Amino acid sequence: MPYRYLDDLTVADVAFEARGTTLVELFTTAWQASLQVMIENPTDIAGAESRSIALEEPNLDLLLHNFLQELIYYKDAEGLLLRIEECRIHWREADGEPAKLRARAAGQTIDPKIHHLGTDVKAVTFYNFSLVRDDRGWKATVVLDV
Amino acid sequence: MAPAGCKKINEYLWEIPRSFKQGMQVPVRIYAGKQLLDAMDPAVFEQAANVAALPGIVGYSYCMPDGHSGYGFPIGGMAAFDSEKGVISPGGIGFDINCGMRLVATSLSWEEVKPQIQLLVDRLFNSIPAGVGGKGSLQLSRSEFRTLCEKGMKWCLKKGFAIQEDLDRTEETGCIKDADASKVSEKAVERGYRQIGTLGSGNHYLEIQVARPENILDRELAAAFGIDRPNQVVLMFHCGSRGFGHQIATDYLQGFLRVMQSKYGIPIRDRELACAPFTSEEGQDYFKAMNCAINMSFVNRQVILHRIREVFSEIFRKDPLDLGLHQIYDVTHNTAKVERHTWEGKQRNLLIHRKGATRAFAPGMKGIPKEYRAAGQPVIIGGSMETGSYLLAGVESGRQSFFTTAHGSGRTMGRRQAKKQFRGQDLEKRLRDQGIYIRSASYAGLAEEAGAAYKDIDQVVQTTAAAGLSRPVVKLVPVGNVKG
Repeated sequence: MPYRYLDDLTVADVAFEARGTTLVELFTTAWQASLQVMIENPTDIAGAESRSIALEEPNLDLLLHNFLQELIYYKDAEGLLLRIEECRIHWREADGEPAKLRARAAGQTIDPKIHHLGTDVKAVTFYNFSLVRDDRGWKATVVLDV
Repeated sequence: MAPAGCKKINEYLWEIPRSFKQGMQVPVRIYAGKQLLDAMDPAVFEQAANVAALPGIVGYSYCMPDGHSGYGFPIGGMAAFDSEKGVISPGGIGFDINCGMRLVATSLSWEEVKPQIQLLVDRLFNSIPAGVGGKGSLQLSRSEFRTLCEKGMKWCLKKGFAIQEDLDRTEETGCIKDADASKVSEKAVERGYRQIGTLGSGNHYLEIQVARPENILDRELAAAFGIDRPNQVVLMFHCGSRGFGHQIATDYLQGFLRVMQSKYGIPIRDRELACAPFTSEEGQDYFKAMNCAINMSFVNRQVILHRIREVFSEIFRKDPLDLGLHQIYDVTHNTAKVERHTWEGKQRNLLIHRKGATRAFAPGMKGIPKEYRAAGQPVIIGGSMETGSYLLAGVESGRQSFFTTAHGSGRTMGRRQAKKQFRGQDLEKRLRDQGIYIRSASYAGLAEEAGAAYKDIDQVVQTTAAAGLSRPVVKLVPVGNVKG
């Protein structure tokens, strides 16, 4: 599993560590971990509806934060559970330019008959939030307010 | 476990000195007996100490007996800031702005309700959407939603979802002033405008409860609050401002991070403690947007009460007021409000942040409904779905904490650990065997809310009483539960 939940980091909320060899893999995995909190069977989300996401942020960790936040937004605003179909991230450490993301997500409206509901995610917090590169690739630590 | 240097003030009050962490402006004060103190996770003390370092804090950084670690402030955290020199911080309020509790009386006894309990819970479950992304039945335009955010429960009164008494018996009469919908993003509106009348999930619930004679702890105050007959049935529910409040907190948290250090020179110790001076443009904008979420949440709980009245009326074939469905009180436990308090002999306007903490005004204080003025403000402390909840009253000795008390029983077990230990289906059956009929949108969510995942509510409430923060009036035990 490219993500694992961290039981010691929070009592009332949900914390996880996500990994990816690339930034795209990391971002996609972090959303899978968030989605898994809200429904127990995310693989049963049909791809009937499609949404595009375009973000530009001054740094990478804000890009991840707002990417997750954007997907949570669709859950409330349109009742949509989305899975990432395509994602491109442009970021170069040296050039000082903003980090950019373009993604296409597909999914369907929440249906308790199909989706086994878990716990609603209210927000992505900054508590212990981090995105770092190590010898195994990229690693993010995220605490979700539920 | 409390850190070294934590000093015992008395049996129910502990102090962490300013020397604990660099930058602390005031000490931390924790209301707890030794057992509750030892059970608190270490992050509680760190977080309360970070709060103590925020500019303009007055008195102490407080933690209530139900405290546990959160993000930014601990849950159960309270801090007062000078309204001129202090800051406002979304992390001191929480993402679920005006998450709160409402308690509603009935004139029915448990003997009268018992034959209908399954039907009642089933109908309530169907009428009040719960769970992930739940949508309400109200069809509102975005502009109407912006109006209700400024008007609060006055909007409900106009639309026929409330009676005047409901407003009178709600903190801030269900309409906090200084709410300006122009300070709210379109995104926040999009997240919230279809969620009026919904419970949400996590620890949000709607319970049918009974006030058993042996659980009436103060007969006179109970009668003053409308609990005056044997085995009286009441309804309690817990929910907040849904996606609307979550988005406002998210929007402003990020905005504050951009200016906190660069514009206002406030060091960022924890990004969840992002803040801005209260009098600054950014601080005032957040305050006005946050007040919209406070009002939206009051409306949310009011529409839920309206649905409850419809369900009871339909099942018992009587007007809801003939069934005694009168609101006892509605309290918020995630807010920042300007209040006037005496501190060190001086009257001061203070911005009181309560995050998982409840206002508990003493008898005679302004802001309490006139029928309760002599009794003190009703305080509602929700427990787990297995163990029961409490109605309390504010007391004069609450002055020590700017009239603030606990809000719940407080988690001690992580959600995943609870899911490993309990199965939702087993829990549902066990509760039914105990006489608690439950309907939940999520078995996984149900397991997370098992009684054993929480502190002992009796101990928390007794601590608030022993510490002089609030007076227990009635313990209410659940017989039916709709769980988000």
